[in-house]
Amino acid sequence: MHQIFSRQSIYGWLLLLPAAILLFAFTYYPMAGTFFDSIFNEGSGSLSSRYNGPLNYQMLMIDPVFKTVLINNAIFALGTIPVSIGLALMMALIVDQHFLGRSLVRMAFFTPTVLPMIAVANIWLFFYTPDIGLIDSLLAFFGIEGPNWLGDPDTVLSAIIVMAIWKEAGFFMIFYLAALQTISPELKEAAKLEGAGKLYYFRRVLFPLLMPTTLFISINAVINSFKLVDHLFILTKGGPDNASNLLLYHIYETAFSYFDQGYAAALTVVLLLILASFAIVQFFFFDRRIHYR
Amino acid sequence: MFAKMKRLFLITAAAVCLAATQAAAAQTELTMYYPVAVGGPLTKVVDGMVEDFMKENPDIKVNAIYAGNYNDARIKALAAMKSGKPAQLSVMFSIDIYELINQDAIVAFDDVVETDDEKKWLDSFYPTLMENGKTDGKTWGIPFQRSTIVMYYNKDAFRAAGLDPEKPPATWEELVSMGKKLTKADGSQWGAMIPSTGYPYWMFGALTMQNGEVLMNDSGNTTYFDKPGVVEALQFWKDLGSKHKIMPEGTIEWGTLRQNFLEGKTAMMWHSTGNLTAVKKGAKFDFGVAMLPAQKRRGTPTGGGNFYIFKNSTPEEKKASVKLIRFMTSPERSAEWSVKTGYMGVSPAAYETSILKDYVSGFPYAAVARDQLEYATAELSTHQTGRVRKLLDDSIQSALTGRSTPEEALTNAQKQAAMLLKKYQ
Repeated sequence: MHQIFSRQSIYGWLLLLPAAILLFAFTYYPMAGTFFDSIFNEGSGSLSSRYNGPLNYQMLMIDPVFKTVLINNAIFALGTIPVSIGLALMMALIVDQHFLGRSLVRMAFFTPTVLPMIAVANIWLFFYTPDIGLIDSLLAFFGIEGPNWLGDPDTVLSAIIVMAIWKEAGFFMIFYLAALQTISPELKEAAKLEGAGKLYYFRRVLFPLLMPTTLFISINAVINSFKLVDHLFILTKGGPDNASNLLLYHIYETAFSYFDQGYAAALTVVLLLILASFAIVQFFFFDRRIHYR
Repeated sequence: MFAKMKRLFLITAAAVCLAATQAAAAQTELTMYYPVAVGGPLTKVVDGMVEDFMKENPDIKVNAIYAGNYNDARIKALAAMKSGKPAQLSVMFSIDIYELINQDAIVAFDDVVETDDEKKWLDSFYPTLMENGKTDGKTWGIPFQRSTIVMYYNKDAFRAAGLDPEKPPATWEELVSMGKKLTKADGSQWGAMIPSTGYPYWMFGALTMQNGEVLMNDSGNTTYFDKPGVVEALQFWKDLGSKHKIMPEGTIEWGTLRQNFLEGKTAMMWHSTGNLTAVKKGAKFDFGVAMLPAQKRRGTPTGGGNFYIFKNSTPEEKKASVKLIRFMTSPERSAEWSVKTGYMGVSPAAYETSILKDYVSGFPYAAVARDQLEYATAELSTHQTGRVRKLLDDSIQSALTGRSTPEEALTNAQKQAAMLLKKYQ
């Protein structure tokens, strides 16, 4: 007992205090609050809120939009994460080399990251606009009539995935580039002396050394695939007929367009559980297989 | 030296604070949110009008805050209310009325106005524009940035297709037959475009009314989505793309439609009158504005934003708010607003002012929206309006993109809407 209250441990607790307060005030308390909201029927105006039990969670089961957004979000995640990470690695390898105009290319790769998502969406809205948009104008040059990218449920989600990759890849590239610069050139020379080909060197030396970075990026990518919905406000509003709707946007609409705080809270709890389970898997499962220096 | 400066700074700061509180005591301070839903520099127009008001009424200070689109404005206003720092008045979507009443956020104007003069003012607006502002015999919203849907058409394209540019289609049949002549086989020009993102239910309100139906009852607790006439209207909308081929299939983006029209990609578009001034400035060709065509009758929903006064404000603030709203909706101001934006004058008196009379005589299309008012109906507005609207939006988009038939889509929407509205009946 006296261990906890020893002078030194109090000193330690005091050092932790600012971080702990911030974490509790802005992370754990809102999380608990969200859970409590989700089991209450939020009173609107004159009605007071009352205990609702699992009603909001039962509604999840019968809400067709909820099912759609879950599937869409899975497709969105699977579509954006591997490609944007692969692309980021490729771009990083390119601009890690020495060639004329390297900083210009680096800047070009990084530019989409600097732009806010809303601005990006506004740009891409005019890319995707049928007939007068950039993509359709290019296709028309070759005599092809482009589809109605954002107006067709079959193409809208892919169109948004492409845009998200364009936006994300440059950001991830920076991390790879930083990691590549820390890898000692001696390794490359040694591999050369041993007669290892470029591909072999990449597969056996470079890529394993980049694994910690890949883990970090993949966690970020997973979070982003659930977090990035700004573009939906501009591009599709989740339409047509929910074909591009994502979980977070559905939460937003439930909370602020339908004013159903209780159900929105239940949806938020689901989102938290999804993200938490991803983080657990990534940290405890993949972490063991990664070589840290 | 340093201490001296610090003291000087403190004294100045205190003086500034004191001056500020004194000024505030003498003034009534109002915070007002307003949304902008169409393109163009509308914020400048609103800010200019508010400044004029403050010049005339030095005892009232107004903070007019641009709050994004209609959804954003409502969210900001309600969030401000919950955080205990409410605005006193706001321009919000006319169809938010039931939601705002259910949230106990607003007061009826009948309970705020005092003098006979003010009561008379409540009756000075176009009755059709008041439909979305009244329920249970009380007035909750005062029309401000109000619109109807009109048809913009490219007269040059009409001439090129051998059509009379002064005779835009007046019926659905003519819309189809003229549309076919205006559609070019290589896809470089479509006959017509009706936007189906953003506010699909609004456009649909026009089509249903033209087919002799409305979408909901006056108390906002029953919808009629699955009536045969309503299904027919959606079938017609879909047919424009899939059968008659005068409109692109799939959904058509609300936000970029004006650009499509200005670049000559479509010969006709249905859009808010709020776009009129922007089209007038942007069109490099001869264009016309017409009422929407008729099937059984002509028809359009009204649209746009109303003034609301929030409950959570002092009597002085409410009084000042009424003063401000009266100023903003006075015939002269309403006329000025209409000229600068294309939104309609909200009262008959506005069209009697010299500003609007001169403008209309030089540019007759400015009066199309007003002339169409006699055929207009309320915009879709019910209890749980966000959810009900989304149900209808989804079913329209699902039919237009061919995921389900109009009948399936609308029956489904009606079923779910009936479930949501049960407790309000």
